[in-house]
Amino acid sequence: MIPTQAQSFSMLLVAIAPFLTAFVAPLVKRFVPQHAGWVLALIPASIFAYIFSFIDLIAQGEKLRFALPWIPMLGIELSFYLDGLSLVFGLLISGIGTFIVIYSGGYLSGHQHLGRFYAFILMFMGSMLGLVLADNVITLFVFWELTSITSFLLIGFDHSRQASRRAAIQALVITGGGGLLLLAGLVLIGFSMGTLDISTMLQYPGFMAEHSAYLPVFILVLFGAITKSAQVPFHFWLPNAMEAPTPVSAFLHSATMVKAGVYLLARFNPILGGTIEWQVTLPILGGITLITGALLALRQTDMKQMLAYTTMASLGMLVMLIGAGSKEAILAAMLFLVAHSFYKGGLFMVVGAIDHETGTRDITEVSGIAKELPITFFGAALAAFSMAGLPISLGFFAKEEIYLIAKTFEWQHWLIAIVALVGNALMMAAGAAIAIKPFLGPRIATPKSPHEAPLSMLAGPAILAVLGIAAGVFIYQFGDWFFSPSASAVYNHKVSNHLGLHFDPIPLGLSIATWALGGLIHWKLETVRDILRRIARVWTWGPDQGFDQFMFGLVRFADWITRIIQHGRLELYLILVFVALAGAVYAPMVLTGSIPPMPDVLPQLRFQEWGVLLIAALGLLAVVFGRTRLVAIVSLGVQGFAVALIFLLLGAPDLGFTQFMVETLSVVILALVMTKLHLDQRDNRVFEEVIRDGGLALVCGIGLTMLLLAVLQTDLDTTLTEFFTKTSVPIAHGRNIVNVILVDYRAIDTLGEISVVMTAGIAILALIRIRAGGPKRGIGAIKKAVKRATSSARKTRSAS
Amino acid sequence: METALAILIGLFFTVAIYLLLSRSLIRMLLGIAILGNAVNLLIFTVGRVTREVPPIVPEGEYQPLEAIANPLPQALILTAIVIGFSLFAFLLVLTYRAYQELNADNTDTMRVAEPDDSPRPPLSY
Repeated sequence: MIPTQAQSFSMLLVAIAPFLTAFVAPLVKRFVPQHAGWVLALIPASIFAYIFSFIDLIAQGEKLRFALPWIPMLGIELSFYLDGLSLVFGLLISGIGTFIVIYSGGYLSGHQHLGRFYAFILMFMGSMLGLVLADNVITLFVFWELTSITSFLLIGFDHSRQASRRAAIQALVITGGGGLLLLAGLVLIGFSMGTLDISTMLQYPGFMAEHSAYLPVFILVLFGAITKSAQVPFHFWLPNAMEAPTPVSAFLHSATMVKAGVYLLARFNPILGGTIEWQVTLPILGGITLITGALLALRQTDMKQMLAYTTMASLGMLVMLIGAGSKEAILAAMLFLVAHSFYKGGLFMVVGAIDHETGTRDITEVSGIAKELPITFFGAALAAFSMAGLPISLGFFAKEEIYLIAKTFEWQHWLIAIVALVGNALMMAAGAAIAIKPFLGPRIATPKSPHEAPLSMLAGPAILAVLGIAAGVFIYQFGDWFFSPSASAVYNHKVSNHLGLHFDPIPLGLSIATWALGGLIHWKLETVRDILRRIARVWTWGPDQGFDQFMFGLVRFADWITRIIQHGRLELYLILVFVALAGAVYAPMVLTGSIPPMPDVLPQLRFQEWGVLLIAALGLLAVVFGRTRLVAIVSLGVQGFAVALIFLLLGAPDLGFTQFMVETLSVVILALVMTKLHLDQRDNRVFEEVIRDGGLALVCGIGLTMLLLAVLQTDLDTTLTEFFTKTSVPIAHGRNIVNVILVDYRAIDTLGEISVVMTAGIAILALIRIRAGGPKRGIGAIKKAVKRATSSARKTRSAS
Repeated sequence: METALAILIGLFFTVAIYLLLSRSLIRMLLGIAILGNAVNLLIFTVGRVTREVPPIVPEGEYQPLEAIANPLPQALILTAIVIGFSLFAFLLVLTYRAYQELNADNTDTMRVAEPDDSPRPPLSY
């Protein structure tokens, strides 16, 4: 099916609407301060409904490409692509986004910048939707970077805290840097395949794997994906990003942004996948991330940090599964992706609610609040149920599907299954801890006395938790709608829907092992945490510290470079300028071989012409070698008058008279001013400097002479001159052609000239008026202020 | 004639650049004035020179009767002379005021904008 123009436009609106809403969000907040979240949530909800309307088409295996002409001359279209994969992502982003917007209203209720927050989060949503719907890889990149920028704004939302600022910069540098590598990779794919459209690339699945540019493309795209999806060793920005308000963590750092890297890998699986590089690198990176993340999660007592690290682990799981690349692995990845978004988004919102209501999110400081927060507990319990993969939640089916990989009995697949088992067990222990520890057990005092969170903060976790179970109950229907189409899109072949309750000894056995191990770890959680903390005390350096060292090193390096290039010595700057001038003059002459021949030794000149040239030369030399200032000034007048005489002799009386006037004025003013100053009489350059400066000046001077001689050998284009000469009298009614050009043909130029003179006059007047008298006025005041600032800076430095 | 002028213009440039490379403000000022003349002469010469025939149409004629000097470079130079003078006057006053305020005409001692011991960039977020 080819979408109509109207449908294409609607799809464009899906990506643009959140941005447009972002503009009015602060206004909405002002007019309906209490219910702004509910009002603004209408936008993502309607986007969800619109994307949902395509579900039957996509389930039948249709792939829709929506194209609008953008720059027709270059053949660039604004195109969007909807298949099973982008549909699932689009629905997750808009669906969870709806609840997040509602939740933000409750969580940040009364915050003075809530309007700004809505704007940021909606912009992020638009970027994310654009990213997963983009067909053109350049469009994809633009939205990819937009998610980095909006996430920077969201993480740094609480910008008065340094930890927040650091986390925001870190996320931006890591994901933005990865984005640049991705751009290079995408452009390289575009060159190799001759198209920038993903939909076209997908029609040639094996093409890139055979191509000589495969390895660089793979590495560049991989870096884009693993920085965005927080894989070891670029994982550290994700837990730090927990500085953001909880709705941000629930949205960006569990369900959407961090999954952009996973989306990228899934999207490019048919194009780049199936090679040895892909099938070895991704599972290893993913597996390491899975285990590292899960272990680090158990070390934490801050519930948000625990969730952040389990998110990192889940991303590792997804990367590992996509890397494995078999039909079961891809289907498992899609199931796990959706299940994780449901339960992790819900759990983040639950932790936010606990934090909001009790005033702490340390797992050891909250206990037994189930009675006060029954609905929150309900949401947490169901989410943890799905996270643990207990039957018959969505998480259960995801886990079963993962363990089906082991059925091939190849050692790599067994290894993946075992790593997944350990990771699942560790994550289950962490999830169970968050669902059980704060709610059950004896009641202990908390900073705030808890009561149930407002409706806006309950809607999200409750509905997501119920969905996590409902999707498990109706797994076949969900499989038809979402999992089979999305897995087919990633696998690039039909993945039939076989989901349902089957008795299969291998997956079931592995599941039982997972539950047993997870239960055991949860039971011994305190001991495990102690051991992990003791390890952490020994192992103090990590990429997080490395990031600081890198950034500070960069700042120091920039400072060092600045000091070398911008040393503040004017004469050296000028030397650079004139060296460049010499290069610019000589290089073209040498390269094009147009060095002029040596001129005749004695040009044919009249007596008076010889005289004038001689006077000019003598005047110039006297300016340089004059023993006193006064001699130099008078000599300046001599060379100026000589120039005026040259003009007079060569048919330019207007120039001559103007030059006479200007030179007279210059010399008089200069002499008047100079007699007031007590300046050095002589040039204070040492001999070496005289040689250096004189040499450079001579090289430039000779070069310009040669250039001029070369130019004089070419023909002069006299079109304009002839036009002015011919039309001066008939059109402009003036006999002095020079004057006609000035005041008639080029009158605007002359106006500009007069403006320059006027501006200079005003500036001179201002300069003379500013007196050094007061402490707050005059240039000296600036100097003193700078001195004060630097000396105080020095003091603080030495004090610290 | 043009060859002789080309050599003279080279001398103008040499002297101007040599003066500009000085650390003394007043010498740099002289250099700028000479540089202006050098450039004007350059434009003049590139437009080719003719002896003693100003570009004026005689009374009662619509066209000049004989070959005249090229009027176009003259118009450009006329603008340039005036602007050059404005620049010179402005720089002169700037130098004068800088001397009054900073008590120096040596660029090495004028380090307000780029001080020798400017503070280091902060190493924090």
